[in-house]
Amino acid sequence: MATPTIGYVSTQELPALPPPDAGRGAVAWLRTNLFATPLNSALTIAVGLLLAWALPPIINWLFFDAIWDGDSREACLVEGAGACWAFVKAKFGQFIYGRYPLDQRWRVDLVFIMLVVGLVPLAMPKVPYKKQNAILMLVVFPFVAYVLLYGGFGLPVVETALWGGLLVTLVVAIVGIVASLPLGILLALGRQSKLPVIKTASVVFIEFWRGVPLITVLFMSSVMLPLFLPPGTNFDKLLRALVGVALFSSAYMAEVIRGGLQAIPKGQYEGAAAVGLGYWQSMRLIILPQALKIVIPGIVNTFIGLFKDTSLVLIIGIFDLLGIVQLNFTDPNWASPVTPATGFVFAAFVFWIFCFGMSRYSLYMERRLETGHKRR
Amino acid sequence: MTSVDSSELKSVEARKLKISDEIAIELIGVNKWYGEFHVLRDVNLTVRRGERIVICGPSGSGKSTMIRCINRLEEHQKGQIIVDGNELTSDLKKIDEVRREVGMVFQHFNLFPHLTILENCTLAPIWVRKMPKKDAEEIAMTYLKRVRIPEQANKYPGQLSGGQQQRVAIARSLCMNPKIMLFDEPTSALDPEMVKEVLDTMISLAEEGMTMLCVTHEMGFARQVANRVIFMDRGQIVEQNEPDAFFSNPQHERTKLFLSQILH
Repeated sequence: MATPTIGYVSTQELPALPPPDAGRGAVAWLRTNLFATPLNSALTIAVGLLLAWALPPIINWLFFDAIWDGDSREACLVEGAGACWAFVKAKFGQFIYGRYPLDQRWRVDLVFIMLVVGLVPLAMPKVPYKKQNAILMLVVFPFVAYVLLYGGFGLPVVETALWGGLLVTLVVAIVGIVASLPLGILLALGRQSKLPVIKTASVVFIEFWRGVPLITVLFMSSVMLPLFLPPGTNFDKLLRALVGVALFSSAYMAEVIRGGLQAIPKGQYEGAAAVGLGYWQSMRLIILPQALKIVIPGIVNTFIGLFKDTSLVLIIGIFDLLGIVQLNFTDPNWASPVTPATGFVFAAFVFWIFCFGMSRYSLYMERRLETGHKRR
Repeated sequence: MTSVDSSELKSVEARKLKISDEIAIELIGVNKWYGEFHVLRDVNLTVRRGERIVICGPSGSGKSTMIRCINRLEEHQKGQIIVDGNELTSDLKKIDEVRREVGMVFQHFNLFPHLTILENCTLAPIWVRKMPKKDAEEIAMTYLKRVRIPEQANKYPGQLSGGQQQRVAIARSLCMNPKIMLFDEPTSALDPEMVKEVLDTMISLAEEGMTMLCVTHEMGFARQVANRVIFMDRGQIVEQNEPDAFFSNPQHERTKLFLSQILH
């Protein structure tokens, strides 16, 4: 290097070199992630000890001491018995279908299969025919599913009072999710409207539904609503719960989406207007795609909350997965000290699978929709 | 790239040749307030087809507001604005019609970050002009070639430099085949190295006879392509003249002060 004088002209371009080795390899990973500082090392060791202390009993309870087979409580009354999986095994049908008639359960299976077959290609970005797929799932599928589950067109009617378990959980959650997103979008746009009537209506709606607890909504739908309806009209109980849940979550959704709308710079609205797009076009093509992308975490958060809140339908006498699991604790044939714990672990696990799935999928979508306009 | 000398020659000739008698934009006694603040005070301006007008003035003088009124991004409260024969009122149809014919380039580009460069350019032709996608893409590629970045067509705006983004923004406007182009400080947010590439694009646009209104502080650009320079202060047009006269012999005290501060 030349002596540093005020006048300096570089004589060659410096070559680009690979980064030093210190940042790579397993040892380096351990050092940066687990033992970076004395405090980190101490925490790593503490957590390691905690795991060593807590994990083995949990694993023993779940697997090695667990009772896998049996016809009644006798099997699970053994001294030191772990989880009573025999109970879950025996009651599995009820947990999934509730009191849906045995010989008709194929109808539910068929709906589940159709749901998976329709949803998986929709969720995978690479599969073509998205538009047709979406129409199929949003228009055709609900109708077919309704006929299959409830009856009609030659199928015997199965009253919703007989539905239960995971079936009810999924019906309530999916209807709530599918209805709350578009409703929420409309409410969020309504709340930003320049027309006072639309704005006020949206604000009143949102604040009302957000202000009351879901339990109240469900109670009112099952106890108060019949008082206002002309005598003789009988609204299906599950339907009332569905409407209540959908309206309730759409209010939450509206506020989440409004957050996204507010994050869009004014320049985007102006850019859209300047190229001649009308209100609905600029919303659909420019503003909403960006706003919804920003609030994916919030939207999925609401979805997950909604999915778990479906358990509250228990209080109006509809037995969702958790409700039906709890109901079965009272079966004298299976009453044992480990039965409730096993049931709750099972129910928690099923809820977790669905919620975790939604969470992972949303992370994946966030990454996929990243177009690099954020400065990193 | 053409050397500055030859394009200057060309544009001097263009300056004399291409202005028609037809009126493109007319502002008659336009007033606007932001709350109590009087932003535009009795602005009168007639722009003929083919004119290239540079608007300058201190910040807060209302120059951006004025050109934003021309495509109704801002509403004026008094007076008349007539663009291409359509008077701007609260009639949404008329507003849409005007916006279809008037392109606008913003200081911060305002490209759509979730769409590729090509999609940015084809969006309006497809949805506003109802053009088949294929045709729209063909036109978009022609304009992207004109602003010299066809190879970026499938990238996202976030992957481009500021100068490239601004050129895309110009191409996006051109895809609508506008009769009038508005530029709102198109080079103010750019790194110094990128100003020239955007100005070159604007110069070539001017040479083709596009009616242009530019809010800019690029005085070199004003000298080279404008046929009229307007100086605004406190919401009114203080002085306007041909560029040579404007720069060499400003009349108003405020203009003299402004020019002495920006021309070193």
